[in-house]
Amino acid sequence: MASQTLSSSQPNSAFLAPHRRAPLILLIPAALVALCMVIPLVYLVLRAMQADSAQVMELVFRPKNLELLLNTLYLTGGVLAVGTFLALPLAWLVTRTDIPGRRLITILAVVPLAIPGYVMAYALLGIGGRYGVAARLFDISIPNIQGYWGAVLALALYTFPYLFLNLRAALQGLDSSLEESAQSLGYSRFAIWRSIIMPHLLPALMAGYLVVGLYVLGDFGAVALMRYEAFSYAIYTQYAGAFDRIYAAWLSIMLLALALAFVVMEIFVLRRKRLASVGSGTARTAPAVRLGRLRPIAYLYLALVFGSSIALPGAMLAYWLVLAPPDVSVFMQVPWTFLRSASAALPAALLAALLALPLCYLAVRYPSRFSTTVERSTYIGYALPPLTLGLALVFFALQTAFFLYQTMALLIIGWTMATLVLAMGPIRSAILQARPNLEEASQALGYGPLATFYHVVFPRLKRGVVAGVVLVFMFCMKELPITILLAPTGFNTLAVSVFSRTTEGLMAEAAPFAAAIVIFSGISVSMILRREKFS
Amino acid sequence: MLKKILASATVAVSLFAGAAQAADLTLYSGRGESFVQPIIDQFERDTGIKVNVRYGGTAQLAVLIQEEGRRSPADLFWGQDAGAMGALANANLLATLPRGTFKDIPDIYRSETRQWIATSGRARVIAYSTERASAEEIPGSVFDLTDERFKGRIAIPPTNGGFQSFITAMRVAHGDERTLEWLRGIKANEPKIFRNNTTAVAGIADGEADFALVNNYYLPRFVAADANFPVAQTFFDKGDIGNLVNVAGIAVLESSKNKRNAQKLVEYLVSPAAQQYFTSVVNEYPVTANVISNPVLTDLKVVLDAAPRMNLDKLEDLDGTLALLRRAGLL
Repeated sequence: MASQTLSSSQPNSAFLAPHRRAPLILLIPAALVALCMVIPLVYLVLRAMQADSAQVMELVFRPKNLELLLNTLYLTGGVLAVGTFLALPLAWLVTRTDIPGRRLITILAVVPLAIPGYVMAYALLGIGGRYGVAARLFDISIPNIQGYWGAVLALALYTFPYLFLNLRAALQGLDSSLEESAQSLGYSRFAIWRSIIMPHLLPALMAGYLVVGLYVLGDFGAVALMRYEAFSYAIYTQYAGAFDRIYAAWLSIMLLALALAFVVMEIFVLRRKRLASVGSGTARTAPAVRLGRLRPIAYLYLALVFGSSIALPGAMLAYWLVLAPPDVSVFMQVPWTFLRSASAALPAALLAALLALPLCYLAVRYPSRFSTTVERSTYIGYALPPLTLGLALVFFALQTAFFLYQTMALLIIGWTMATLVLAMGPIRSAILQARPNLEEASQALGYGPLATFYHVVFPRLKRGVVAGVVLVFMFCMKELPITILLAPTGFNTLAVSVFSRTTEGLMAEAAPFAAAIVIFSGISVSMILRREKFS
Repeated sequence: MLKKILASATVAVSLFAGAAQAADLTLYSGRGESFVQPIIDQFERDTGIKVNVRYGGTAQLAVLIQEEGRRSPADLFWGQDAGAMGALANANLLATLPRGTFKDIPDIYRSETRQWIATSGRARVIAYSTERASAEEIPGSVFDLTDERFKGRIAIPPTNGGFQSFITAMRVAHGDERTLEWLRGIKANEPKIFRNNTTAVAGIADGEADFALVNNYYLPRFVAADANFPVAQTFFDKGDIGNLVNVAGIAVLESSKNKRNAQKLVEYLVSPAAQQYFTSVVNEYPVTANVISNPVLTDLKVVLDAAPRMNLDKLEDLDGTLALLRRAGLL
């Protein structure tokens, strides 16, 4: 999931002199990247089309598909509803009230991003059941948390920070003079919320819903662990249980269509709204609401939110690590598994940054229809549900590039395709910030584009490149679905270790790997926090 | 900074790329990691031959090998049931094993064409909760599980090779039509779907289901760790298809470039040491005679007496079974 917004506004000063043609050294890699992004889609369609028309009718109109569609929609709805319940009051508390520790609350609200959905699912699964922590510690027999509510909770507790960040920004930016006018016209507080604040929060809410919704569609780990039959889990079952490639390809295409529908729906909802501040002057921030007697309720609410999203997984991990630890040999495997994950994640991160450089440079310095198309094509890899991407690459390797089949190279390619957009964010900002006059001077003095790039451009992009590498690296270290499909035989990453052990019910054996992921992701989240500079 | 990252990346990658290629054998295992890895580790220690194992579903890997064809990176395939082995043998993808391999093995544990060999035997059973159900509630036939009183109470693992093989046997014994009708009845009874036998048995203890259709050797593992484990298992009436006795089998791929080492692993798995491991630790039935029997297991004579008559070579139509499961909406 994107952890930062990608700005598309380009200051004019970023262009090189007009009518300059982009050098081939930029155009060729850009064209290759765009081509690579389309390949998986082509293979998916090719594989789906292997069925004859009667079979296609049978596959597409299977009653099971409707069941999967409804399950997926219920899941998405549930995650968004629970996520809003967690994020909206939180955003209001930190922007509009006098609750103490607003900065701390803000930071705590972002921490759950360090606990991926499958780790959250792991924590929830360890509570109930005969050998759950509830039974072991307190002798309370509660059923396993699984199925629909298990999946909703695991995903909502992981993704609500995205909603929170969007809502918080929107509430901060909202001009309070509107509310004040409404108040002076005799509107009740509730009416102001309904008719002024909520409509103005809608764009932020919708943007958050889109990010979270797309994530829920693509998520595999949490739904698989909770055994909830959503689309992505069904694709995996078809592939792993029966290896039905054609049906899996069709399900992937349906899932892709659903993802597209989400995007279109968001555009449609927002198009009907026109929200603009018509008055002159600057927006004012609202005075803080004094909570007064509501304060205990607010504290209770905070305890609920952070108790379930941070304390609960933390306590579960602590239990399995300290009170009921696995064999020492399991702990010994962690550093090796970490290094193994890193040995694939690092090349993927470097490759992504290497490809992002010419793409961003082309897009910023030589804007044209071609460069825009190439730039947009990188979103394909990011927006494709990861299982779909992985499956398409398996087909591609089996049919066309067998030398890549079950190799680490294919895993690295898959990760790079999924994360290129992440690498492009900071690199593009760095290019935008670097003024082009030096480059023009260098070229005027007779340096070729390559020499100019190496001597003049690159030194000023280092920070951006490092940031891009780090972002991709962090993403790959906890990536699950693409890894499960593409990892070479015997190549277990941290994420795969957590997943496979949890599916076998080996909670203690999974704990050290889950803890490693949480600690590592925690570092990544804190780095992102620092980048975003919370006020 | 960048240079340092680059340098360490190169070192790390070359290290692991080298380590990954050092394996002598690649095994595709449809059997679970917790059962397979200990004996593979022992094999590596005893022979110095390194084995890379790719774990997956039995059907998944069998079909994957067919898809890969002659280019398959696998040297061996270890399947959960005779059906998957038969399907691969029919596709001419398996090498013929030397006659000597079958020296001590009874006929029911080998394929007629010597293309695969059984590594252990197992029986299908019905596991039930001792808290929310009782042996009296178990019907005479697996066909009766479509009854209203089992609604929402049965656990099944439809992606599991053993379950799929049992469905194939049901098709052979009772025909596709009756099998599909039964599957639809089960689906209508809102079964709890599990990934494998282990989680299905655990699901009963966790209160998610009251009955499960599984292989015999999962429950003893739980009981060994927890004497009060609230699950028991039993057979249906004598000769019922629900009591199918099946085998796990191993085969060398025709396309393997390491047939000699692969053959060593095959022989290792039917050696007394490995057979004792399957019997005592995994709680399966051995395929050779010279093994100390496991007191936890129901006597093999009793098991064979309850089992339906079935020629395991007939269980090869995996595709037909998968199609049927899909038509019933269970896959």
